[in-house]
Amino acid sequence: MALQGAFIEHIHKLRELGIPAVEVRLPQDMPGLDGLIMPGGESTTIGKLMVAYGLMDPIRSFAVQNAVWGTCAGMILMAKEVGREQPVLGLMDIAVERNAFGRQIDSFEASLQVEVLKEGRTKPFPAIFIRAPRLVEARPPAQVIARLADGTAVAARAGRLLVTSFHPELSRDLRFHEYFLEMVQS
Amino acid sequence: MDKPRRKEAQRSASFTVKSGLAQMLKGGVIMDVVSPEHAVIAEEAGACAVMALERVPSDIRAQGGVARMSDPGLIREIMSCVSIPVMAKCRIGHFVEAQILESIGVDYVDESEVLTPADEDHHIYKHGFGVPFVCGCRNLGEALRRIGEGAAMIRTKGEAGTGDVVEAVRHARAVLGEIRLLQAKPDEELMAYAKNIGAPYELVRQTKELGRLPVVNFAAGGLATPADAALMMQLGVDGVFVGSGIFKSSDPAKRAKAIVQATTQYRNPGILAELSANLGAPMPGISAAGLPEGERLAGRGW
Repeated sequence: MALQGAFIEHIHKLRELGIPAVEVRLPQDMPGLDGLIMPGGESTTIGKLMVAYGLMDPIRSFAVQNAVWGTCAGMILMAKEVGREQPVLGLMDIAVERNAFGRQIDSFEASLQVEVLKEGRTKPFPAIFIRAPRLVEARPPAQVIARLADGTAVAARAGRLLVTSFHPELSRDLRFHEYFLEMVQS
Repeated sequence: MDKPRRKEAQRSASFTVKSGLAQMLKGGVIMDVVSPEHAVIAEEAGACAVMALERVPSDIRAQGGVARMSDPGLIREIMSCVSIPVMAKCRIGHFVEAQILESIGVDYVDESEVLTPADEDHHIYKHGFGVPFVCGCRNLGEALRRIGEGAAMIRTKGEAGTGDVVEAVRHARAVLGEIRLLQAKPDEELMAYAKNIGAPYELVRQTKELGRLPVVNFAAGGLATPADAALMMQLGVDGVFVGSGIFKSSDPAKRAKAIVQATTQYRNPGILAELSANLGAPMPGISAAGLPEGERLAGRGW
């Protein structure tokens, strides 16, 4: 999804893993895709552009059969509840709070233990949070897969849908992208 | 502002976090707004951030006098009525204005030539701040000096408040063209090149390796139409600022929305044609080439 935000960083990560990637700006860019990443950016901007270019329904039908991953703004767009009026896809039964940690000055980096990742028990994942949302609630089948030290939920999975409130595309660690590729191939 | 849940294991205000916000703004439009009403129109139109100001550049230009940081009361009011990031400008070298802006919690500070400079030799030491900075530039040397001082985002200076895109094009072509030439240079020429353009060697080396600036690079200064935004995007910038161009036009909401969409669909002339139709009158504009030397804002900064 290349309407706005940090999509090129995801594309670089996928290419590093030898996976071809295309930029989706219009519904006609979607046929042939095996998975879709909704990048970080401004969720209000991306949501409005998805409405303007008729992408909401094509993505909803795509997500029935295929893997979709939302990072930060992408997580907001995939959530059912965001606590305010703005266009969202509502793919996943989760409630999120936007800008939950404060403004930019409160943005931070943290090491997360994410057991579902390769070497997840022993090797922490470097997570970058930028004006990040948090998961307020994840209802089954959505399951929380990562938390901050204080227990705040920051990543969840439901079947072939994945959300992270942080930005694996900005760190050097490829494990979240590998994890998503396994979901795409499963 | 500080949330109690920040733990020792968490690092805030690192350069990754500061430049990371700029990465999230890419492909987007940052709009100048002078009131909460403007800010809401901008957010509604799909702006990825707003720049809170008392006067847009074309009014600063018309009214003259000393242009300073905006009233923190106004900036706070704007911050309270939108959910997108809010930026604000301080004068070049005026680190106390920057401290004030940081303390009220703006998301980005623009150390801007649009305001009257407070220091004719030195810019702010931006590494010393937790809030990230964006700075203007006219060429690669200037861009890398600002990054060396800690800027986490760069924009072209263009010529603000004119509605004439020619200077933004000149500056974008200068920066991007110099990077293309730099990539062709063998490593042994980099030190002399760094000396000649007055840029830190390490950043010159990094720019050559990356084939782009080490931080996000937006266009600014004179953009007024969807076609202007798409032109800058096709030249290779990461996103655009639009200042006077939106709220000095006859139908700001419609134009703002069209510029947002043009910045996304910048490679699709068919869509750009639709977006450019029936927008009403653009801002009046003045030719940047006709400006006397003393009225050029881009010359401010060193």
